[in-house]
Amino acid sequence: MPHVHPWTVVATHGGGHDELMTASASAVEVSGLRKDYHGTEALRGLDFDIAYGETFALLGPNGAGKSTTIEILEGYRDRSAGTVSVLGVDPQHGGLDWKARLGIVLQSSGEQGSATVREQLTHFAGFYPNPRNVDEVIAAVGLEAKASSLIRKLSGGQRRRVDVALGIIGRPELLFLDEPTTGFDPEARRQFWTLINQLKAEGTTILLTTHYLDEAAQLSDRAGIVADGRLVELGPIDTIGGAEARIPIVRWTRDGIAHEERTHHPAELVTRIAADGEPERLEVVHPSLEDIYLELVGAAENAAPELAASTGKASS
Amino acid sequence: MTTATIAPTIVTPARIVRVGLSRIRYEITGYFRQGDAVFFTFLFPVVMLTIFSVAFSETSFGKDAAGHSVSAASYYLPGMLAAGVLLSGLQNLAIDIAGEKSDGTLKRLAGTPLSVISYFIGKIGRALITGILQAILLILLARVAFDVTLPTEPSTWLTLAWVFLLGVATCAILGIGLSALPRTGKSATAVIIPIVLVLQFISGVYLAFTNLPEWLQNVASVFPLKWLAQGMRSVFLPSTFEAAEQGASWNLGGVAIVLGIWLVAGLILARLTFRWIRKDS
Repeated sequence: MPHVHPWTVVATHGGGHDELMTASASAVEVSGLRKDYHGTEALRGLDFDIAYGETFALLGPNGAGKSTTIEILEGYRDRSAGTVSVLGVDPQHGGLDWKARLGIVLQSSGEQGSATVREQLTHFAGFYPNPRNVDEVIAAVGLEAKASSLIRKLSGGQRRRVDVALGIIGRPELLFLDEPTTGFDPEARRQFWTLINQLKAEGTTILLTTHYLDEAAQLSDRAGIVADGRLVELGPIDTIGGAEARIPIVRWTRDGIAHEERTHHPAELVTRIAADGEPERLEVVHPSLEDIYLELVGAAENAAPELAASTGKASS
Repeated sequence: MTTATIAPTIVTPARIVRVGLSRIRYEITGYFRQGDAVFFTFLFPVVMLTIFSVAFSETSFGKDAAGHSVSAASYYLPGMLAAGVLLSGLQNLAIDIAGEKSDGTLKRLAGTPLSVISYFIGKIGRALITGILQAILLILLARVAFDVTLPTEPSTWLTLAWVFLLGVATCAILGIGLSALPRTGKSATAVIIPIVLVLQFISGVYLAFTNLPEWLQNVASVFPLKWLAQGMRSVFLPSTFEAAEQGASWNLGGVAIVLGIWLVAGLILARLTFRWIRKDS
């Protein structure tokens, strides 16, 4: 990543927004959020806040309600019930001045792409009152070599980088990233993480959805896990799931039988196991965010059939 | 909640126009990079004029005041100019916007501080500029390749200018309004092209209007293309042809009124039907 980044200056938005940040306690406030589609409940009452400058990950299986939630916050969908405030504004009534403070990276789309990368970014930069420098953004997403290529000639991962570039070109206070790294190769993902960490350092508030749990763990301060239209877990990324879920697991096999035990004192347990002779395939595992996530979502899905039966039909 | 009072607003007329002008440039560049659109809306009338002029090169379509025979190229030029305005305005914009609606372009724009008015300026500006280029191409082709005599009176060119501008504006606005009709981008061509094609056949573009049965003439008179073509004929055909028109007159007043009514209707339609996205679809 290049050294002197001129976007290290944050609140240059004509002065006014500093007062605003203190006017509203959180960048995003969601309470009792519900969404029905023709009698199907997609969201069944969500509550969460995102502080200014925070990176918040919304996790959950496909169809759990992540995109519905994020699209309500972006103003693309109307809610059925509850209150929502985004940068102090109800998204259902957000005007152009409000949109100028947001950066939105939607899930991938199939646009024509008849502009080059530089043309597209230069054009979009013109929509915003205080955009970033086009060439710096192109460099930040690693598309210098493709700057003069038509977007339709790019690979899927490269097009996705253009989406990210368009999301940050307007120097947003709040950035929505809906599965931003789909189609990225590992190197591009690392580069993307660096970019996000820079944006965080500048004070950008970020709402992220992703299926890559390592990415959520790497980037976010807090996470919410959505399953079947409900928030089943909410908390700082390193305590999510509770202390219980983080107890190390010791696994070993003896005489062809697999054993597993959770303990706060794995070394002690391993010593005891070793006392009976060398076991096969001994391992001590600290549950990753992915393990904790799968456990939580699994538990929620086991509970879901009853809910679905009581409300008529499960949301998709 | 106090954004509007604290922060300087970006919704100023000067800004909307400036961004609108940048949209025109962006739209035109994109347009000429799409091969199929360029052929079916930009070059189509040029190809048709060439075919008619060559196919009927031996046929006389009437005589002017001095007794000179009127060639196929002279006879078809006004119709092709009218068709060009319809294609560049209505057909192209309706299909293009329906496509942008379903491929995610409009959803992306909806998430930016781009004003709908700037977006419309871009679309109408594109229709206007591609329409002008198309008209120049048609007139040059007629003059150079088929030796068509062009009007010499400045007042006749002035008539061409207002008929053309009013025609483009009306067709472009109607195109924006009609873009709501197709449910998907893929069906847009199938929904829009038949409308445009039928209009061309009943409005005196391909077939001589006065040869149509009277009831069909009356049906066509409801729609703007008939009047647009009539205005174009008044510019390019000799005065001896005026007697063959409905009411034996070019009726330029009628041209202005009908196109004007459709322009206003189109504005209302566009205002009522245009949405960046279909919420909750």
